[in-house]
Amino acid sequence: MLSRLSRRSPFNTSIFRSFATARERDEFRLQEYSQKYLGYRKAVFTEKLEIIDSSKAEAVPIYRVTDGLGNFIDSSQDPKFGKEMSVKIYETMTQLNIMDRILYDSQRQGRISFYMTNFGEEGNHVGSAAALKNSDLVYGQYREVGVLMWRGFPLEQFMHQCYGNSMDIGKGKQMPVHYGSKEHNFVTISSPLTTQLPQAVGSAYAFKRQPNNDRVVCVYFGDGAASEGDAHAAFNFAATLDCPIIFFCRNNGYAISTPTSEQYAGDGIAGKGPGYGLHTIRVDGNDLFAVYNATQEARRVALTNKPVLIEAMTYRLGHHSTSDDSTAYRFKTYLVEKNWWDDEKEKAWQKEVRKRVLKAFGDAEKTKLAHFHELFEGVYDQVPELLKRQRDELDNHLKEYGEHYPLDRCLRK
Amino acid sequence: MAAFRPFSSLLVGGNTRQLLAKRGAAHFNFQPSDAPKEYGDVRQKMNLCQAVNNAMDIAMDTDPSAVLFGEDVAFGGVFRCSIGLKDKYGADRVFNTPLCEQGIAGFGIGLAVAGSTAIAEIQFGDYIFPAYDQLVNEAAKYRYRSGGLFECGKLTVRATWGAVGHGALYHSQCPEANFTHTPGVKVVIPRGPTQAKGLLLSCIRDDNPTIFFEPKILYRLAAEEVPVGDFMIPLSKAETVRKGKDVTIVSWGTQVHVCLEAAQLAQEKLGVSAEVIDLQTIQPWDEDHVVESVKRTGRLIVSHEAPKTSGFGAEIAATIQDRCFLHLESPVNRSCGWDTPFPHVYEPFYLPTVWRVFDSIKKTVKY
Repeated sequence: MLSRLSRRSPFNTSIFRSFATARERDEFRLQEYSQKYLGYRKAVFTEKLEIIDSSKAEAVPIYRVTDGLGNFIDSSQDPKFGKEMSVKIYETMTQLNIMDRILYDSQRQGRISFYMTNFGEEGNHVGSAAALKNSDLVYGQYREVGVLMWRGFPLEQFMHQCYGNSMDIGKGKQMPVHYGSKEHNFVTISSPLTTQLPQAVGSAYAFKRQPNNDRVVCVYFGDGAASEGDAHAAFNFAATLDCPIIFFCRNNGYAISTPTSEQYAGDGIAGKGPGYGLHTIRVDGNDLFAVYNATQEARRVALTNKPVLIEAMTYRLGHHSTSDDSTAYRFKTYLVEKNWWDDEKEKAWQKEVRKRVLKAFGDAEKTKLAHFHELFEGVYDQVPELLKRQRDELDNHLKEYGEHYPLDRCLRK
Repeated sequence: MAAFRPFSSLLVGGNTRQLLAKRGAAHFNFQPSDAPKEYGDVRQKMNLCQAVNNAMDIAMDTDPSAVLFGEDVAFGGVFRCSIGLKDKYGADRVFNTPLCEQGIAGFGIGLAVAGSTAIAEIQFGDYIFPAYDQLVNEAAKYRYRSGGLFECGKLTVRATWGAVGHGALYHSQCPEANFTHTPGVKVVIPRGPTQAKGLLLSCIRDDNPTIFFEPKILYRLAAEEVPVGDFMIPLSKAETVRKGKDVTIVSWGTQVHVCLEAAQLAQEKLGVSAEVIDLQTIQPWDEDHVVESVKRTGRLIVSHEAPKTSGFGAEIAATIQDRCFLHLESPVNRSCGWDTPFPHVYEPFYLPTVWRVFDSIKKTVKY
């Protein structure tokens, strides 16, 4: 190994001896460093002793399209959504918000075991989802429900998953809000943070190898998750292996109780992008138009096998927060101005969604769990002998002790 | 994980036998196997490294979605297992990754989720631990947790494994038991070139994530006539490599050869007839095969290089006492590595040598 490396060394003495001047030698060295070490970035020598102070560097600017009141600042940046699309965007955001409120309350009442709301981030989900193609593969963390909703995942299925009942396509295996749908190209959520990032890169690589590829992968994660080693792995693999992927970071300022000042000391998540050789942009996550434009452009760039990092800045809103700055509120102003929405429509829509959610929730609550044998299914593609024996063991146990188990909650075989 | 690998550089293009000769004889003699007829008539002498290369060549030839990646695989791998494959299949199918095991495992899972066959290499089994989370929490649970909507069955992780004479703490480990405690992955270890080829092809084509550990001491040292065609050895099937009637010895990887030698010694010195079983697939393992043998012999020894406590031998011992209680004539014996890290200069005293296994046979039959 050592001998192999030394054969390739740029510091081969015979080459150096042939330089006539120090300048020629410097140029050779700079060229070597530039090509072999720095991905053709142009490096220069400096005689000034200066250690870079990252806190002095300018922060990556935040791209926006509308101001705080929802007015377009540069009309050329207006994506000019039609009526149908605009209404769908608004309806998806508000439907998600209503579902969140009802499920959050039901978790408080102990009717479901766990819940995670999306307050304040609806615009990120819907704005980015609208800019992707539905065939693009999405990997999420757990706060990207708006993407699934945008793609038409049925309300009923959200509820079935939260109850883990026999209608849940995930077969009742995971905690609530760990959604997934093959049909909607949304990879099933798992709890370990950031594991989805290098996986998303692998899927993007698989897409790249397909002839005439027209799909990208979009992977969502939070600012806390970006601290995991898997984030580093993913950024680096995506860049060195030229993968068609969008890294979408939702930076809401906190990971549980930890503020970003204790999470990182650099220029947020976007600040990391250029260090890995990623195309990078920071957007105002409460500006749906900005999120949409950035994702659409990122998708175009990613399709040329250049990975893109988007950092969307949002607020973490509380359950009952009705901030005037919320994306849905700002987007509603836009709809009302175009005469595509009014108070009457709003009232009717709110009432309808509430009714549908409550109905789906009630139905899901009443639906039985799958037969308990389901617990042995899907460990492997087929149930191995060892597990069949354990299944028999449980059957025999329940024959004698069944009364001590919630058998009546399960379907009969 | 910073993979400081003095030994990989020693082994590049090197000759393990020579290295070992410098440091004294290997702790075992490789016993070639004669592949069954159904694996094909045309055979060629291959060492284990060439057999692995041959298996990957066939896998990539028969499956255009298959890709091979890891640290330093593009130039042929530090053990030469992937030599020639980049030239044959292209740089987009055989490529280097950054030096990051958790990335390699996660990347491989993602390829498999998207339908590609992913053959990932972890340079040493000792460096698989940074990928532990991806393998245990992700790969193993993908199908189960999604209700079968998504899975990564097309992922195979290959890693070098086991004692090599001088590998010390981080070039010698046998981490199989770390993975057998995880439902959802399969763990497979071959004892020679024929098994390496047939089992690796089965792993690559199996619809479950598999971890394939390659005994690195056998890469060059083990050579035998291997069928050149496309054949697979079924997973979760043990193989009886020596028939006997007095005691059953279960082992896998290099240790099978140690046990065969000890069995021969026991025959010569004690007149004891020992049956030796190569487990081949460690998880899910072939319980019935071992049960059948122990019911005949009434005695069981389990032998592995990994430390004794919570090693896979404990699982076998517990299962056999449960299923063969009335047939057992003596306690199940475990001849294993000691419960210490794997030492450098004390390796000859650490390993479950021929003499330790021989002593186990003696004590078990005389119990």
